[in-house]
Amino acid sequence: MRVKARAVLRTAAALALLALGAGAVQAKSVRWAASGDPNTMDPHSQNVGTVTMVLQQVYDPLLKRNQDLSLAPGLATEWRQEEPTRWRFTLRQGVKFHEGEALTAEDVAFSVQRALQPTSNFGIYVDTVDHAVAVDERTVDIILKRPDPILSNKLASIFIVSKSWSEKHNATRPQNTRAREEMHTTRNTNGTGAYRLASREPDVRTVLARNEAWWGWGVEGNAGNVTEIVYRPIASDATRIAALLSGEVDFVMDPPLQDLNRLRAAPGVKVIEGPEVRSIFLAMDVNRDELLYGDVKGKNPFKDLRVRQALYQAIDVQAIHRTTMRGQSVVTGTLFPEQVNGYVKAEDVRLPFDAARAKALLEQAGYPQGFSVTLDCPNNRYINDEQICQNIAAMWSRVGVRTAVKSQPLAPFFAQIQKDDTSVYLLGWGVPTLDALYSFQSLLAFRNGDQGDGIWNYGRYSNPRMDALVQRMKTDTGEARQAAITEALKLYREDVPHIPLHHQMIPWAMRSNVQIPHMANNQPYFRWAVVN
Amino acid sequence: MFAFILSRILQAIPVMLVVALISFAMFAYVGDPVSIMLGQDFTEAQRTQLIKDLGLDQSFLMQFSTFIGNAAQGEFGLSYRLSRPVAQLIGERAPATLELAICAASIALVVGVAMGVYTGLYRNSWLSRAFLTFSLVGVSLPPFLIGILLILIFSVWLGWLPSFGRGEVVQFGWWSTGFLTWSGLKALILPAITLGLFQLTLIMRLVRSEMLEVLRTDYIKFARARGLGNRAINFGHALKNTLVPVITIAGLQLGGIIAFAIVTETVFQWPGMGLLFIQSVGAADIPVMAAYLMLIALVFVGINLVVDLLYFLVDPRLRVGRGAAGGH
Repeated sequence: MRVKARAVLRTAAALALLALGAGAVQAKSVRWAASGDPNTMDPHSQNVGTVTMVLQQVYDPLLKRNQDLSLAPGLATEWRQEEPTRWRFTLRQGVKFHEGEALTAEDVAFSVQRALQPTSNFGIYVDTVDHAVAVDERTVDIILKRPDPILSNKLASIFIVSKSWSEKHNATRPQNTRAREEMHTTRNTNGTGAYRLASREPDVRTVLARNEAWWGWGVEGNAGNVTEIVYRPIASDATRIAALLSGEVDFVMDPPLQDLNRLRAAPGVKVIEGPEVRSIFLAMDVNRDELLYGDVKGKNPFKDLRVRQALYQAIDVQAIHRTTMRGQSVVTGTLFPEQVNGYVKAEDVRLPFDAARAKALLEQAGYPQGFSVTLDCPNNRYINDEQICQNIAAMWSRVGVRTAVKSQPLAPFFAQIQKDDTSVYLLGWGVPTLDALYSFQSLLAFRNGDQGDGIWNYGRYSNPRMDALVQRMKTDTGEARQAAITEALKLYREDVPHIPLHHQMIPWAMRSNVQIPHMANNQPYFRWAVVN
Repeated sequence: MFAFILSRILQAIPVMLVVALISFAMFAYVGDPVSIMLGQDFTEAQRTQLIKDLGLDQSFLMQFSTFIGNAAQGEFGLSYRLSRPVAQLIGERAPATLELAICAASIALVVGVAMGVYTGLYRNSWLSRAFLTFSLVGVSLPPFLIGILLILIFSVWLGWLPSFGRGEVVQFGWWSTGFLTWSGLKALILPAITLGLFQLTLIMRLVRSEMLEVLRTDYIKFARARGLGNRAINFGHALKNTLVPVITIAGLQLGGIIAFAIVTETVFQWPGMGLLFIQSVGAADIPVMAAYLMLIALVFVGINLVVDLLYFLVDPRLRVGRGAAGGH
């Protein structure tokens, strides 16, 4: 009898264990929505957030990022600089692509070369790379044109794709617009990541399924339990929020700010907030002899430092922070937030808001009556972009600078400012490499045709000292490099080529049963997501 | 008849060309596809190369004639935004829009005519007054507001119907249909009502006023004098004679429904051609916008032709007139 009871107990325990096991592999689906759809699945074609947010679940880079955005081993387990212009990467063993091929050094060398192609949008991450070679099965050498102190940071953005698969599908180069036909990589993937692309209907639905064979599960804190991710774009703000409230969607990346209080109060929904690595600022035309859009004839008031300071001090940034941003911004006096390598706390200081001082400066500069100018502004790119511009126009008008706001959707806005066709404009700048060079190089270096230099410097700020510092950031290492960055930050404050405003905060809204760490690069990492 | 159709088709060609020209001229103002395609990081050389690749460095007339030449061969090129053939994209989206438009038009026609007849016959009943009040709402509220209100009530509060998307679809060759699944049918209800409501109220008011008009005419009085039943008079004689303007309006509105599904599709994230168009505008995706506008022009031309042909069926006087003219 006793024996029998024990047997029953044992059976029950076994059943319970089975049930537990079943619970662990139970389907945990996350229905995720945002306003835009990724426009390609090619790993090296489009360098935009909507593409990366899906692809980084599917593809792995050589180095991955931790939750604080610091670097961690990815497909490479070791990397070191063998010579100033040669880096050696040792690959992880036993990694397989989703279609079954084993990862080899050839795949890595091929992927780096693919990102170097002219049709790639990822050129900035490999701008110092000359070529990559597979030394043996597990070792890759990346040969540089010049020493690059932040190569490892940049390579965290280059996805590794299978060479044989790309060759088989005639996709050895990223999508080319000259082509007449769709490429295989536009809708198909073959990565090594935690999720594989199960189905893809552009603009309708993208389904990712858990890759149980992923090398990272169970190690390095990758304890997510999501087995399926269904991404659906919902363009209309009201509909996206309605879908979240009604439980048709579990996770919304971009809830509109005006709905946040309602979402916080709603049962079953929560909002998490965090900083984003994106800084909003105003930039002025400091190059022309006469403003394109202003009533000052024969001279350009923005060339006068006192005018730039006056406009800076006329802005009550705290008021914008409180009212327009509803507290969801980090006011700043510098070019990038603290997550970016090179940030110096002592240089993150604003000129104080002082309307009287602004008026006095304008008078000293010879504009006692002020002047008029047009502020160019996008109205669907950054959080509350248009309202921010309107606030600033009102504040400037109060000190005598009569400001008209010209706000446009992002397509015509960028088309216009990229022709330098502006007098003053609002821009937001993200730093995907998380290094100071990226901001200084694109925004403040003089445009000289070099990759990346000054391509977003539409006020055409030009200061040889700044250019020299940018060159030093490109090659110096260690303390010498930090000294160059610090000096450039100081110069940024002295010269006032921009009027910094704030770093954006990004709210994510989700059902209460979803847990996913908020990331400052505004990317969800489902390998860390838990659904209860 | 054949000559009539042929002349209409010949008339359509300049219409299409003008639409193409106007839409092409507008593209100069929608923004620069190049800056969107290049993203945040690029070199001047890449930029120049891309402008050249897209043919945007050519003169307006060159770009336009290339477009017309390709369009005549059914070649609309590759979407800038999605890197896929435009014809294929529109083909994938057309079923969603057409199913939505057909449902919306059917609701508008059936319910609109029924309500119109009722309010015409029983002018003073309280239900007629309720219908008329309701029709004011349909005429005066813009569709995006109606859509959001319906979502609020039926999705968020009651939780009965989905707030977005098409549900599960079944694929028949290239045609995807939502008619065959429960979730597909449920997803269709709110957008179809939103899209059809304006037409519904329009048709109802039209039928009502036409009915009132016709019921006053002599032949109705004579019919009553002859002792015909109410049913025969109201539906056989009165309603039939109200249908000519109704067919015109309903037919032209069908084109309108397809074209203006843009708003409804955006509110409900309905994956049809209108949503494709809106997304293309955002990305300055010229090939898709051009193809869509051409297609809509073609739909209007086609519907006008069908409406003209329907007149022959409904109104015997036209048949006689044409026949006699042809005989001379």
